[in-house]
Formats: sequence, C-alpha cells, structure tokens
Amino acid sequence: MRTKSTLENYVFVLPAVLIFSIFYIVPFIWVCRYSLHDWDGIMPIMTYIGLANFKEIIQDKIWWGSMLNAGYITLIALTFQNALAFLLAWACDREIRLKNFYRVIFFIPPVLSEVVVGLVWQWILDGNYGLLNHWLSHLGFPNLVRNWLSDPQTALTTVAIVHSWKGFGWGFLIFLAGLQTIPRELYEAARVDGANAWYCFRKVTIPLMIPVAVLVAILTVLGTMQAFVLIIAMTGGGPAYHTQVPVLRILASMRGSSRFGYACAQGLSFGLILIAISFIQYRFSKRARQV
Amino acid sequence: MSKSKILKFVICAYVFGILINGCAPKKEAQKQTISVWHWMTDREAAFFELAKRYEAQTGVKVNFELYAPSDAYSQKVRAAAQGINLPDVFGILGEKRDFASFIKAGHILDLTPCMEENSGSWKESFFSKALAINEFREGNSYGVVPGIYGVPIDIMTIQMVYNKNLFKRLGLNPANPPVTFQEFLDIGKKIKQANMQGLVSGWGEVWMIDCLANNYAFNIMGKDKVLATIKGEVPYTDPDWIKVLSLFKDMQDSGVLASGIVTMVNKTAEQLFANDRAVFAFNGSWCVNVYKGMNPDLDYAAILPPKVSDKYPMMIWGGAGSSFMVNARSKNKEAAVKFLMWLTDRDQQAYLAEATNNLPANKNSLTKIPEILAQFAKGMEFATHPSIWGVSEFSAVIEAFDKGIQSIIIGEKTPEQVASEVQKIKERELAKRR
Amino acid sequence: MLIHLFLITIAATCLFPLVWMISSSLKTQGEIFRDTSLVPKVFHFENYYLAWQEGGFGRFFLNSIFYTASVVIGIVIVASLAAYAFSRLRFPGKNILFFMFMAAMMIPIPGSFVPLYILLNKLHLRNTALGYILAMINVGLSTSIFLLKTFFDKMPTELEDAARIDGCSKLGIWWNVALPLAKPVLAVVVVFNALTVWNEYVLALIIFDSRALMPLQVALMTFQGEFITRYPLLMAGLTITALPIIIIYLLMQKYIVKGVTAGAIVG
Repeated sequence: MRTKSTLENYVFVLPAVLIFSIFYIVPFIWVCRYSLHDWDGIMPIMTYIGLANFKEIIQDKIWWGSMLNAGYITLIALTFQNALAFLLAWACDREIRLKNFYRVIFFIPPVLSEVVVGLVWQWILDGNYGLLNHWLSHLGFPNLVRNWLSDPQTALTTVAIVHSWKGFGWGFLIFLAGLQTIPRELYEAARVDGANAWYCFRKVTIPLMIPVAVLVAILTVLGTMQAFVLIIAMTGGGPAYHTQVPVLRILASMRGSSRFGYACAQGLSFGLILIAISFIQYRFSKRARQV
Repeated sequence: MSKSKILKFVICAYVFGILINGCAPKKEAQKQTISVWHWMTDREAAFFELAKRYEAQTGVKVNFELYAPSDAYSQKVRAAAQGINLPDVFGILGEKRDFASFIKAGHILDLTPCMEENSGSWKESFFSKALAINEFREGNSYGVVPGIYGVPIDIMTIQMVYNKNLFKRLGLNPANPPVTFQEFLDIGKKIKQANMQGLVSGWGEVWMIDCLANNYAFNIMGKDKVLATIKGEVPYTDPDWIKVLSLFKDMQDSGVLASGIVTMVNKTAEQLFANDRAVFAFNGSWCVNVYKGMNPDLDYAAILPPKVSDKYPMMIWGGAGSSFMVNARSKNKEAAVKFLMWLTDRDQQAYLAEATNNLPANKNSLTKIPEILAQFAKGMEFATHPSIWGVSEFSAVIEAFDKGIQSIIIGEKTPEQVASEVQKIKERELAKRR
Repeated sequence: MLIHLFLITIAATCLFPLVWMISSSLKTQGEIFRDTSLVPKVFHFENYYLAWQEGGFGRFFLNSIFYTASVVIGIVIVASLAAYAFSRLRFPGKNILFFMFMAAMMIPIPGSFVPLYILLNKLHLRNTALGYILAMINVGLSTSIFLLKTFFDKMPTELEDAARIDGCSKLGIWWNVALPLAKPVLAVVVVFNALTVWNEYVLALIIFDSRALMPLQVALMTFQGEFITRYPLLMAGLTITALPIIIIYLLMQKYIVKGVTAGAIVG
C-alpha cells in the first residue's frame, strides 16, 4: 500500500525529471567534460588538462572584477529595483483610480526587446545629444551633465539603473500576486481591533509577504548576476572593464579567444558561486522568518 | 476555464503541430540544389537575384539562407560543424586561427587545384590581397597545409572619412584634409573650441581600436618590428609601442576624439557621422552603403589616417570583406565550386558591387563605382590584414592592449602602465605555451 | 496625491520607449535619428506592411504562437505536477531532486547550445518542432517549479484535506483544488514562459534548418544586418512582435488580480 502510494508520487515528478535529465543533465555532463579540456570548439580532438582551467580562473583578475560588477548591479537591483516594485505593487493593490492602467504600463519594460531598450536609453543618456543632459541643464543643474555611459565613474551605476528599470515589472507582478492572496478579512479584523494603516502593514502585510520577498530576492539575484544583453547594447562592457560582467567574460572566451573549455569552466565556477549565494540567502531568510 | 475547454485547446494545438510538422518541406529530391548559408542581410535581395540568374543559365538551383545577426550565424556554423551538418557553401566569421581549426578538422575543401587550373585563371582574377586572407602560406604558424581555402566575394578597407560641410564650418578647406598627425591634432583644438564632436568610431567594440593602433604601429616601426613583437622577440614596453599608445592620449587631449567614443558601438558612430554630427569617422568601406541610406546628401571623402612618421608607410587594414568556403564533405562539391567561380566572375561581381555599394573582389569589375568608393579602393595599395601575416597575437594580449587604450583615453592609466601590463600578459601567455 | 505623482512618473518612463518604438516605426531610415520628435511628420504605415512581407511574418508568426502555446501548456502541466509533489507528497530522494532543479536555475551553461545540438541530432529531433518545444520546456522548468512550489507551500491545507476525505485521488486534488487556488502564480508562470519562448531566437536559429519552422524573432533579426540596420522596419517588426505578449499579459493579469478570497476556506 505504501509502495503503491510512493510510486504514484513519482509519477507526478516523472515528466519533469525526464525532460530535465535529457535536456539539462546530459549537456551539463558534457560541459563538465569540456571544462577539463583545452578545446577551441572546432577541432575534433581536445587536450585533457585536468583542473588547469579552474586554476587559471582563480587567478583571472578580470573575471573577479566582472563578478564584483555583477554584484554591484545585483545590489542595486535588490534594493532599488525591488523596493520600487514593492511600492508600486502596494500602491496598485489598493482601490485607486487607473489601477488597471498602471498594472499594464508597469509591465511594458520587461516586454520590450533589449534592442529597443538599449537604443532608447543610449539616446536618453547620450553625452552630447541626450535627453537627460538636456533636461539637467535646463532645470538648472548644468554641472551634473556628463557622458553617463562612458564616464568610468557613472557607467556601472547607470547600467544598473537601466537594468533595474527593465526588471522591476517582474517583481511588481509577483509582489502584486502575493499581496492579492492576503485575505482581506485579516485587514478587516485588524481594523476592527482599532489598528491604523501602519499597524496593518507591519503586522499583516509584512509577515505574509516575507516568503514572497525571499522568492523575489532569490530570482533577482539569479537573474541580475546573469545579465548581459543590455550591457552589450549600451556599453559593450566598457569603458575598459568598468561594466564587464561574468557572462560577457564567458562569451569572450567562447567567441573571442575560442577557448571553449575555459568558457565552460567559467560557467561552472559561476554556477557554484550562485548556488553558494542562493544557499546563504535561503538560510538567512529562514532565520529572519523565525525572528 | 473549464476542463473540457482546456482539453479541446490542447488537442487542437497538437493537431496543429502535427500538421505543421507534416508540412515541413520535404527534401528537394531531383533537381540539384546547392545550399548556401550566409549572414549578409544587406545582400539578401541581390543574392536571390543572382540565384535566379544562375538557375536560368545552368538549371542548378541555389538556396541562399540568411542567418543573422553574425554572432548567431557563427554559433550555428560551429554547432553544425560539430554535428557534421554543414551546408555546401558557407562562411567563417572569426580569426584566422578558427579558420585553421576548421580546415584541420576536415570541414573545408582545398580550392588550390581549382584556382591553379588554366594557368591560374581563377586565381588571377582576384586582387591578390583579397585572396591572401583566404590563403595559408608555406611555414604558417597554424600548422595548415599551404593552399587557398576560401573565395572572397568583395573587398573592403578601413580608413578615415571626414565631413566636408563641417570642415567649412570650422573654417577649414574641405579640399585639404589633414595629412600629418600634428595637423590632425590641430584640427582637434579647433573642434574643441567650436564645441563640436570630432572622431567617431565603434571603439566600444575593441577590434576597431586595435585596427587604428595597428595602423600607426606599422607607420612608426614598420611591418617587421610589429611581426617580431607578435612573435615575442620585441617587448611591448619598447619605446615605439609606448609612442603608439601615447598617440591616443594626444588625440584625447587635443579634443579630436568625440566624447563617449570608448563605449560607442560602430552603428552609433555611423549614425552620428551620417547626420552631420561628427567631423571625422574611422570606419570601413561598407559605410558608404550605410551613410547613403541614412543621409544621401552627406558630403564626405575618404583619407588615410594622418601619418605620424615618414620612415615607414602608413598602412590600413583591408582585403577580403566576406568570403565563402566549400564544405569538404558536401555531396555537391564540384557544383558548389562551379557556382562560386560564376559568382566571382566579372559580371556578377559588378552587379553585386553596384547593387550593394561594396567593392568587388574581381579586379576587372571596378568599372562604374561612385567616387567615394573609388577613394576607398585607392587605399587597397596600402592595405594589410592580420590574417595575412602568418602569425597571430594571443587574444588575451589583444584584449589587454585595446582595453588599455580605452583606459588611456578615459585618463585612468598612462601609456607606460598599459605597455608594461600588456607585456606581463604576453609573457604569461608565452610561458603557458612552452 | 503624492502617490499619484509617483505612479505617473514611473509610468511615463515605462511608456516612453514604447512610444518611441512606435513613432520610429512610422518614420523613414533617414528621419529616425535626425528628426527627434515623437510624432512623425508623415505617418509611414506602409512600414508595417513591408516588415510583414519582407520578414515573411505570416508563417513565422503562426510558428511562434504554436511554440509559445505548446511550451506554456507543457510547462504548466509538467511544472505544477512536480511542484505539487515537492510540496505535498512524500517520496525518497525528494530533496535531492528538488535541489537539482534549483541548481539548474543557478548554473548557466552558455556553452550548452553545442551539446544540445548534438543531442537533438542523435535523437532525430533536431530539425523538428517537437525537439525545440521540449528543449524550451526545459529552459523554464526550474524557475516555474520554484515559483509554484513556493506558492503551494503557503497554501492552506484545509481544502485538500476536505477533498481527500471526500475520496478524491491525488491527481484529482491537484486538478480540482491546487490548480484553481494557484491561479495567480500560474498566471505569472504563463507570462514568464510565454515571454521567454516568444523572444527566443538563438536556439531556434541553431537547431532549425528549414525556414518553415523558424519563429518570429529569427525573421526579425534579419532586419538587423551586419552593417545596415533598417530601423523603421525593425521597429515595425518589434511592435508587431510586442503585441501578442501584451495581449497575453492583459488576459493573465486578470487572474493575478482576482486572487483568492478567503470565502473558499471559511465556506
């Protein structure tokens, strides 16, 4: 009886596991194999070099620099992007005018192709003809005018902000879904007990939203650390290495220097780091929930 | 949505799917077909027209398939190579080193015998520099059997262009472009005063920086010393190299570089120059077509980069623009080669050149090309290209060099610093290979 | 009042690129970067017709719709089954399997196109719609399972217990109780995967050889030439491709809005 039940349970996960094994595990094993070889992706023979690729990665200063850059962008995403997403979701959760209009508009950035986003923002941020500088000088801040995307001091932050702009729609969506599933009765019960809006927020909204916030945080970290398309479109990873990110390095190894094995090793190291970060996030959130 | 509705949708979707699968075109059995994979969006229409003409003449069908953008095209070719699924004719985008690997892996047909037939009639019809890019010489460092492995279908050069209207606005004579580097820098000062933008180029895509730096390197120290550096016999900390790097600092200080050039993609640079927003541009001959599309009234001319020294000639990068190779395992090898011979013949090259505003690879097709293209063509005299030197620099070194120049331009590093960093990376790479 | 100002400002920044895209699609190549006004002087609606014709949109549009629909339906079923099992059912190896799926989300394998190509080739699925659909189901699988499991975890168990007492099978509970309750999250999963598949083009370009199977994005990319980008047509094409996703979102966001009313639990 017990075995029959367990077997039934396996049926539930069978399709997922099947597809996953074929389309992820097999290529993954291949990639692991490649990472232990020196291969250019074309020749039919590869040279086995053991862990040499990984040793090289540890000493690759540019690689770690790109990790820091990605980390910085992710930090901005975790704070700025998600705070924005939550505020907007909370604002749209209540009964306000044009609620539906806003709900659609806020999801436009994720829908837009990176081509359009890259072009438009490049135009807005252009050092000489851009809209941003135009408004800054007209509003009385001419000293703030600069070449946002090529100035080494502002390039990374600018890229991070544009990235957050494109991504907040997802957080908004998930937060809204989360807020919508909080039963209204809980709010009413609290109000009947004489609570004000802030109390409701603190005692009802926040505790119930923590799992959702953790979900969004994990997804944000994973998504933002792996970002690269927008960056290629706006700065190409420059100036020098200021906006370089890990996936761009992997692509450079694959295409630029034809070091397929090294690229695979980079991908695996990156993955291990992301797993470690997510694990820490998860533990941290568990403890936060217990508090 | 009720259960039955969902079920109905699913069934419809899958039936649709089977239908689509069934309607996938079956292999064109009888008629001989040559499949060509290319990435040249701008020439698709011209290619289709040529395919039609070829079929009318010979009865052989040619299937041009476009896969864009070029990055994705490259990946597709490499994946297909791994799966031994390459088409009859295709191109290889990338460095000579990759080309060599494809040949050594057995994917590319050696065209030397066909080229040498009839006392080399096919070979002689090309500009020698265009063919050189597809050639591997005796004693090449890639370990490839010497021979000609590809066919150029156009040529291009990368030079400087200047806007005649903006020259007038600066009070300069548009018929007198700068010839020396100092003249160039002086114009830079004028540009800065007039608050205009100077040189634009896709220096966010580092290879263009490499091109100009390399041009000046040839001008300052001559070809032999440059090649010796690549071979590791001369260090990058040599004063001549530091001079090359300092040129970029001088350009930045004089104001002749447009702001934001270090993160500019070439398409943005083209768009700026085409719309009269930049005085100079460093770009390839393909730009003629691009500028024409954006601003047919643009008044500009092409020149060599202003020289620094008179000791050695100023060289530019030029040679084959796009080339096609034949799949060595193809079942239609001979037919494919015949088609390529036809494609690079005088009339077809003239048609391509006219239709797409590119320079033909066939020497005899240079009849009616617009004046501006003729200026680019003149540059072929001074053209060289990394692919014909027989040696390649390590990509880590090239990256450090180019990114180092970016750092110099934004003022973060000095030429001496960059030179020593690049040399360190060079030594590290050399040590690895031992 | 402040809230409204805040919302409007953000909304304006979101709308701007969309408006720019549409306005560019109505200009000519020469005008796009020269004439910077948002309203073009002459409305070149023919760009849409040209983009449709030259891009061969008809067939590719249908292909994309088919792929997106198949993948979304596939993922909804496969991922929700698995997520439900991870959340509510017990079986040995559950944690290991779940960890594997989570790890997949975190390890990007940019080099995976080549092994995938060879794999599909060996399975004779390479130049087929089925192969592409299965590969794309895999792409969104981990994240979807993660989203759904998180939701199922915090779902109250009373309804399921009630159904079990009524004699419902596990599958029945999944279909009749869990899925309807999960509508908001399912809507997110639908939108997320629809967007991913709709915008995908690299894998399609690599594994498909026959033009007839190509999705829309591949056709779109051909406007972005190596040297010349035909901006008006590209923008027209991008606008056309953005529409279906916006429609899917409009349909799905209704479910996110409705959410769960506690009435079901009490009554």
